[in-house]
Amino acid sequence: MINARVTVTLKNGVLDPQGKAIEGALGALGFDGIGHVRQGKVFDLQIETADRAKAEADLKAMCEKLLANTVIENYSISLS
Amino acid sequence: MKSAVVQLPGLNRDRDMIAALTKISGKAPVTIWQTETEIPDVDLIVIPGGFSYGDYLRCGAIAARMPVMQAIKAKAEAGVKVLGVCNGFQILLEAGLLPGALMRNASLKFVCREIKLEVINADTDFTRAYQAGQIIRCPVAHHDGNYFADADTLKAIEDNGQVLFRYAEGTNPNGSMNDIAGVMNKAGNVLGMMPHPENLIEAAHGGSDGRGLFASALDVIAA
Repeated sequence: MINARVTVTLKNGVLDPQGKAIEGALGALGFDGIGHVRQGKVFDLQIETADRAKAEADLKAMCEKLLANTVIENYSISLS
Repeated sequence: MKSAVVQLPGLNRDRDMIAALTKISGKAPVTIWQTETEIPDVDLIVIPGGFSYGDYLRCGAIAARMPVMQAIKAKAEAGVKVLGVCNGFQILLEAGLLPGALMRNASLKFVCREIKLEVINADTDFTRAYQAGQIIRCPVAHHDGNYFADADTLKAIEDNGQVLFRYAEGTNPNGSMNDIAGVMNKAGNVLGMMPHPENLIEAAHGGSDGRGLFASALDVIAA
């Protein structure tokens, strides 16, 4: 069994209105000097295999096909 | 001209779309359910608005990966006209049938109001009942209609005349780049748009500005 985490974030240059709103709310709470807040997504998955290379290849395919919209998002994969 | 309307769990504008197509073409469209992999022989396939599969992951993302979309993609590649409205536009983008992406509205609010559209390119199968530069009224109702494309894509679609509609007179409701409200593919047979022309087709709606789009796509004379 392999535990994996996929992190999906917006590409640079893509407007993130939610990140902006969060940034504003943090400022309103008195946290000064906060900038460039970007909201993303985290997926935790369990994969029934011991083959790390295959798991990594499968995860990459999952990101390309579904988990990320590569027009606007980047993804990163980590295995534990 | 024969038409079809796609029905998926969570889409809720299908009845409005069926009514519009029926009234304008005089023939009820056939319906296509999510499990179908054989698309009937029609001239126009419409993906209506709503919240397919709960809009989970990203708007339109799950719908775009269903087998029915592979079948629609094959039809589109064969030249059949495909129109996606609202969630239908999001699905077409997620399926890679149109360039770009739709993000959360810049205001972060769901917008439900009437806006103005400028017809940018009237020389297409979807807009020939209009004139270039014509301003029409149209309702919008969405949370994720903020059109985004990278600089190269944006330039390409602008240069190719693929932007068919722009929000006009300061009515951009969502922060879309270049006020883009509707985008066509390069081949000219797939159109996606956020506004709902099917909701402005007769006097009971308070106007019929949306009728021209269906009259063009269905090849009937605009009433």
